[in-house]
Amino acid sequence: MSPLACYVALSALLFCVGLAGALARRNAIVVLIGIELMLNAANLNFIAFWRHGPNPEALEGVMFVIFSIAIAAAEAAVGLALIIAIYRHYRTTNVDEFDGMKG
Amino acid sequence: MTWPLLIVGALTVGSAVAAMALRNLVHCALCLVVTFVGLAALYLQLHAEFVGLVQILVYIGAVSILIVFAILLTRGTDPASPAPIATAAPWAVSIAVAAFVVMLGAIQRSPALAARAPVPPAAAADGMKPPEQAPAVVTVPVKALGLQLMADYVVPLEVLGLLLTAAMIGAVIIALPERPVTSHRGKAEELR
Repeated sequence: MSPLACYVALSALLFCVGLAGALARRNAIVVLIGIELMLNAANLNFIAFWRHGPNPEALEGVMFVIFSIAIAAAEAAVGLALIIAIYRHYRTTNVDEFDGMKG
Repeated sequence: MTWPLLIVGALTVGSAVAAMALRNLVHCALCLVVTFVGLAALYLQLHAEFVGLVQILVYIGAVSILIVFAILLTRGTDPASPAPIATAAPWAVSIAVAAFVVMLGAIQRSPALAARAPVPPAAAADGMKPPEQAPAVVTVPVKALGLQLMADYVVPLEVLGLLLTAAMIGAVIIALPERPVTSHRGKAEELR
């Protein structure tokens, strides 16, 4: 495998670990951690394709990852605030028990 | 595949698996920090020094602290009880494994990724492709990044600043105690 394919495969593995965690775990914080892992896998892909791409002297890959990291930070802050607010209401972080909108 | 990539990749994926599989939430958060360190090392290996340092600053410095605080604030009356795992966990894991197999097949059969495998001889002549053979790899100076941010990317940068401000204010408002909105909650209770 070429180095680029190694990085892409590693990123796919990281994405799938995050996906499995986000689907399998019932604690809302761990689900958020899984989503963070998936976002990081996407960032790794950006950097790998930028470095091994045809013109690594262009800055688009780095810029995209910097913006992506900033948006992920905003997402983490809002997500954790939501989890804390939901915990205040339901007294649990188990996503199975957040059934207030269940029809 | 080089040894540094193998070691750092194994560390990253192993700690990610541990973060997703451990029952104690604090252990999950600590394993997540190791995963972020591994990702920062991968960025440094890819000669994206600034992104690696931003990763350390933002993820290890801020996001993991946020997660630890959220874990501490949502510890209920039973802090010793392990975090539950769904009964559908085998399904979730099999879905993830299937997704990985599909992606790996796509990677191995992708002409865009495979075409780079025979390239190294030519690219090594360029002095660009394999970082360990070519020390003259293209590095991105932070000054160029800053100039680019202030020139071409100034509008996205401002929008991002607005987004971060809005997210911060929104997070504070969402996480406020429910007392100021008891009337709404009372209405909701009535509607129930």
